[in-house]
Amino acid sequence: MHIPDGYLSPQTYAATYAAAVPFWVAASRKLSRSLSVKQVPMLALGAAFTFVIMMFNVPIPGGTTGHAVGSVLVAVLLGPWAACIAVSAALIVQALLFGDGGITCIGANCLNMAVIMPFVGYAVYRFIAGNSDAHSPRRWLGAALGGYVGLNAAALAAGFEFGIQPAIAHDASGHALYAPYSLKVAMTAMAVEHLLVFGIVEAVITGLVVAYIQKTDASLLYGVSTIRKSNRED
Amino acid sequence: MKVTNKLWIGLAVLILISPIGLILPEVLKAGSAWGEWGLDELKEIVGYVPSGMAKLAELWNAPLPDYAFRGWERASLFHQGLAYVVSAVVGTALVAGITILIGRVLARRER
Repeated sequence: MHIPDGYLSPQTYAATYAAAVPFWVAASRKLSRSLSVKQVPMLALGAAFTFVIMMFNVPIPGGTTGHAVGSVLVAVLLGPWAACIAVSAALIVQALLFGDGGITCIGANCLNMAVIMPFVGYAVYRFIAGNSDAHSPRRWLGAALGGYVGLNAAALAAGFEFGIQPAIAHDASGHALYAPYSLKVAMTAMAVEHLLVFGIVEAVITGLVVAYIQKTDASLLYGVSTIRKSNRED
Repeated sequence: MKVTNKLWIGLAVLILISPIGLILPEVLKAGSAWGEWGLDELKEIVGYVPSGMAKLAELWNAPLPDYAFRGWERASLFHQGLAYVVSAVVGTALVAGITILIGRVLARRER
């Protein structure tokens, strides 16, 4: 889902950068008010986790590959604004150091995986988890489903950004100047593989890690830290 | 042990086994992710290289392209796996370092 350089027209990458910047600003403001010093290691852990989990390319035999992202997991632990910062940091390092995702597409890729994904996924998580107890199965279940829906929302957004390119820029012979596939083809391709394969991988990873954290120190979940648990050292 | 320490260990394990993400697609003959084809690959699929894309595609020369070392494109899968682990170490260290820095700057303003 890391859009490479050349797939988005200048209009699109400029617009997606412009759309991403306010979220980075808002996220920084939000964190400066709410992030506590003792949450910083978890922020770093979350960001590093999303970086490395994206290296686990999941193959569709004879077809394409895809991967989990981990944005919703970070959102469940630290809130969607912290997830925005953490995943953006991972995506920027991926683009600059490893050429994974284009530098012109940092705005679009962050919009998809560091904004749309954590916010949509976190909303689903909150809807299912509600005000349930920190140890309730509704939390890991909500996180898993949030991961599934969040990744698919990001994939659809990427499919949309790919798909509008031929209409935005083509030459006289009808050849696209950037991403060549139509909206219908691009969104279908992105939706199908993420609905059937990669979304499930995301759901399992998100659900498992959240269940593990519920078992070991449920106070680490975002929004339930008021329930002070004394089992942080064991 | 603190839970965060356990999670750091888990992260280290993930880094060590990360070549799975390189080798498994190779073994199962899975190609590029959808929409992430190189120019040659795209020419094979759609029959032409979009002209705007050709200009932008080589804009950036990443130091560790695709989590590999430059010039190791034909190296064995074992060596590519090594480069993959090194990339994972460098990447996670950098990402963790940057977020700790951001976190400290933001969290300090709290009070």
